[in-house]
Amino acid sequence: MATVHLPSGLTAFTGGVDSIDIDAARVPELIAELRHRFPQLSDHLDGMAVAIDGEIYQDPGYQPLRADSDVHLVPRIAGG
Amino acid sequence: MSKLHIETTINGEPAEFLCDPHETLLSALRNGLGLTGTKEGCSTGDCGACSVIVDGRLVPACLVLAPEAEGRTITTIEGLSSGDALHPLQRKFLEHAALQCGVCTPGFIVAAAALLDAKPNPTEEETRFWLAGNLCRCTGYDKIIRAVLDTAAHIRESAV
Amino acid sequence: MSTPREFKYVGTRPIRHDGVDKVTGRASYGADVAWPGMLHGAVLRSPHAHARIVSIDTSAAQATPGVKAVVTGSDFPETTAALALGEAAIDLRDISESMIARTKVLYHGHAVAAVAATTFDIAKEAAEKIKVVYEPLEPVTDIDRAIATDAPILHPTLKTKGAPAGAAGPTNVASRLELKRGDVDAGFAEADVIVEREFRTVMVHQGYIEPHACIARCGEDGRAVVWCTTQGPFVVRDASAAIVGLDPAHVKVIPSEIGGGFGGKIVVYLEPLAIVLSRKAQRPVKMVMSRDEVFRATGPTSGSKIRVKLGATRDGTLVAARAALWYEAGAYRGSPVGAGAMCALAAYKIPNFFIEAYDVVVNKPKVAAYRAPGSPMAAFAVESAVDEIARELNIDPIDLRLKNANREGDQAPYGPKYGPIGLEQLLETARRHPHWSAPLGANQGRGFAVGFWFNAGMNSSATVTLNADGSAAVVTGNPDIGGTRVAQALMVAEELAIPVERVRPGVGDTDGSGFTDVTGGSRVCYATGMAVIRAAEDARDQLAARAAKMWNVAPDAVTWQDGRAIPPPGTEKAEPLTVAEIAAKMTHTGGPIVGRASLYAPMAGPAFGVHICDLEVDSETGQSKVVRYTAFQDVGKAVHPSFVEGQMQGGAAQGIGWALNEEYIYNGDGVMENAGFLDYRMPVASDLPMIETVIVEVANPLHPYGVRGVGEVPIVPPLAAVANAMRDATGIRFTELPLSPPRVLAAIESATRVPVGA
Repeated sequence: MATVHLPSGLTAFTGGVDSIDIDAARVPELIAELRHRFPQLSDHLDGMAVAIDGEIYQDPGYQPLRADSDVHLVPRIAGG
Repeated sequence: MSKLHIETTINGEPAEFLCDPHETLLSALRNGLGLTGTKEGCSTGDCGACSVIVDGRLVPACLVLAPEAEGRTITTIEGLSSGDALHPLQRKFLEHAALQCGVCTPGFIVAAAALLDAKPNPTEEETRFWLAGNLCRCTGYDKIIRAVLDTAAHIRESAV
Repeated sequence: MSTPREFKYVGTRPIRHDGVDKVTGRASYGADVAWPGMLHGAVLRSPHAHARIVSIDTSAAQATPGVKAVVTGSDFPETTAALALGEAAIDLRDISESMIARTKVLYHGHAVAAVAATTFDIAKEAAEKIKVVYEPLEPVTDIDRAIATDAPILHPTLKTKGAPAGAAGPTNVASRLELKRGDVDAGFAEADVIVEREFRTVMVHQGYIEPHACIARCGEDGRAVVWCTTQGPFVVRDASAAIVGLDPAHVKVIPSEIGGGFGGKIVVYLEPLAIVLSRKAQRPVKMVMSRDEVFRATGPTSGSKIRVKLGATRDGTLVAARAALWYEAGAYRGSPVGAGAMCALAAYKIPNFFIEAYDVVVNKPKVAAYRAPGSPMAAFAVESAVDEIARELNIDPIDLRLKNANREGDQAPYGPKYGPIGLEQLLETARRHPHWSAPLGANQGRGFAVGFWFNAGMNSSATVTLNADGSAAVVTGNPDIGGTRVAQALMVAEELAIPVERVRPGVGDTDGSGFTDVTGGSRVCYATGMAVIRAAEDARDQLAARAAKMWNVAPDAVTWQDGRAIPPPGTEKAEPLTVAEIAAKMTHTGGPIVGRASLYAPMAGPAFGVHICDLEVDSETGQSKVVRYTAFQDVGKAVHPSFVEGQMQGGAAQGIGWALNEEYIYNGDGVMENAGFLDYRMPVASDLPMIETVIVEVANPLHPYGVRGVGEVPIVPPLAAVANAMRDATGIRFTELPLSPPRVLAAIESATRVPVGA
């Protein structure tokens, strides 16, 4: 069960829930399940980076998840 | 208005070029003569990237009119090495990693060469003020100053 | 990567391979090249900061002898495609419109037309003959005006992204971000000491000495080649193709040597203009910006307004923090305020905080990345407040930070837990350093500050090619801003155990290199370095397989030691072979050996730096001078220490300039008044002392050598380090930058001094 943590600005679209357990082996399935459970969240997921067990992916692609992965949605940032 | 024909001496060799009357020496060097080692950073005389030596005087080439080169002696960065031997400043800049992007480096080396001609034993403060007309955005100047002071010491030791 | 590795080449200081070309002036930067038959381009720019374009009449320009092409915004297709530009998806339409106006001009200097002619003078004079009719609008040039309820609106369709549902438009606030933890009000209720301040910074520029420059040629078949100074040739290719409407497969970009970037050369400003002019004129077109244009019409970084409220208990524990950040995006959305919000409290374990961040459009050039974008301003605000807390509680500034510093396993303010980080080690190292305890002279003060940045990962590719003589060439697509070529050569030398002089590091163009993201984000030694190491390993595996073939053994039975392939024990007629010996037989054993690797790396991991600044202030003139400066930074692993030191010193100098003198000065019409190096005052050699650097290496587990990246963090601490030193020297807390002499003098003359010893 990966645990997904949302930044507080997005909890307005989840009825206040900021931590969700989702059973998924990879990021795309995790995001799809998140969209399914919280349809209002859908529009706000683009432009978010994903941190998996501390490693931040600007583009998480098909990254695998462990059975107990800690996942955070994080705003994307740019370097210079 | 037709172009002017200018005859001058650059890096010890006779040189000639055509230029508009209002053209800068910087433009004449880079465009007319293919001497692109002298760089353009601002064209208002504030950054030193176009430093050259005209009749023994350190000047920004962007503030010299090309026609003023007539009959004068000009040294650019291309004239500092001799044959395939680098000038001691060039060697020391490399040893001290005194360049990062390198675009200000020719201007600094020309300016520092002029400093060491005028003052073979400059203090750190004298070096910093002499080179205050050369902007570097990459290095914070630390390694540049070290390279120049080390070159001065090296030249003095070699002369002994 | 916990086992410390003994390196033979990594960590040494060889002369950089491209060095001689640079010290002789031979290296070719953007403006140093001419192509046969080329024309020169000039740009006509808006005299208004905010106006509608009523009409553009280019006929007089087109009729001018020597003019071969004229373009306006109507020559560019509308595009709404997003492009992954660096680490953020930016709407290409904004970049295209910011490059050349369509129906509105939104900043003074906004391009409205471009002309290509046989000489630059003809192009410039012809451009000035273009008749543009404007309907001027009231400009918005600061954050307070932009967010006022009666503010003129830059983009009528702009809605605040991330605002609560149903937020009413129209607005100049492009987005809102929130980060929260715990209960901020309860936290402040527990605090014994609370500091609350509003901080302001203004727009500043990266200040690279080389202006933007390019040459483009575009043939009848729509195929284009571009030579340009850039941090990202692939960005130029993909962005230009999309903006102009070309197939990127038909565009080749050749990066020149680059004379500084710092994030400001990640966006395109000239290249699409040059391509379209060239397509119309059917000749190459060269375009070079003047310094004036660089200031007015490229991408400086945001001015900011930051409110910080910080609470601590008497023992120095930070218990609550509230911050509100407003950053200028310039004419189009996209300031780094989100990053600023994420960095602001990154150093400290604070159980309760609430951070809100607003991206605000104003009639100024669209901001671009500048070295740790968003973080320096946030650090200025928070580190100043932390300094105040330390003073109120009479706790040593480093001790206070040690008490609250995040360590491995602590949660970052933006969510994930930190892996191994060097903050505590940096603080301890700084405290023990002689600078921290050195006596101060008259009129001098000492300031301390911490800085944080994420350090990027992303796409990188590398090839390592063996030559028959045992030398190797490594090619990546990353322009070399500050020594990355020689660092890559060191990595190949290390992996193949050949001398670094026998490795030839090259920067490829978009045809010759696998896709790579920009040189920037402190990512080249980390992510591209990882690709280089893997490519060298791949080459080594191939060499092992060739040796196996020569010995007639299985490839996985071959081992490497001290740069030689070792046959399995008992193999007949088999002596260890060097790379050169195997490479010499490449043709016989299967053909050329080319190692390759490409990867997408996660972000390198958090990186911290701490700085100590001693400032001497002349109370009669308000002028101040940095008299001693020490920068400490955790870089993971310093591949070439001289260039790592250089990054730390250069970033510190930029931050010092940002703190003391640099600012965009605008008049009431939204026109920048100091668009030149004389009055946009960057530090010169006489302004600075030697900048001492202390490199700390807490290995980054994501990289084979532990590299964490170095380039951006050094600009983050100086703003607060200088401001805290000013507080120490004058007794005055300055909350606005820059600390220019007139401002400091006015404050000294009117301030109530804090009693000595407080």
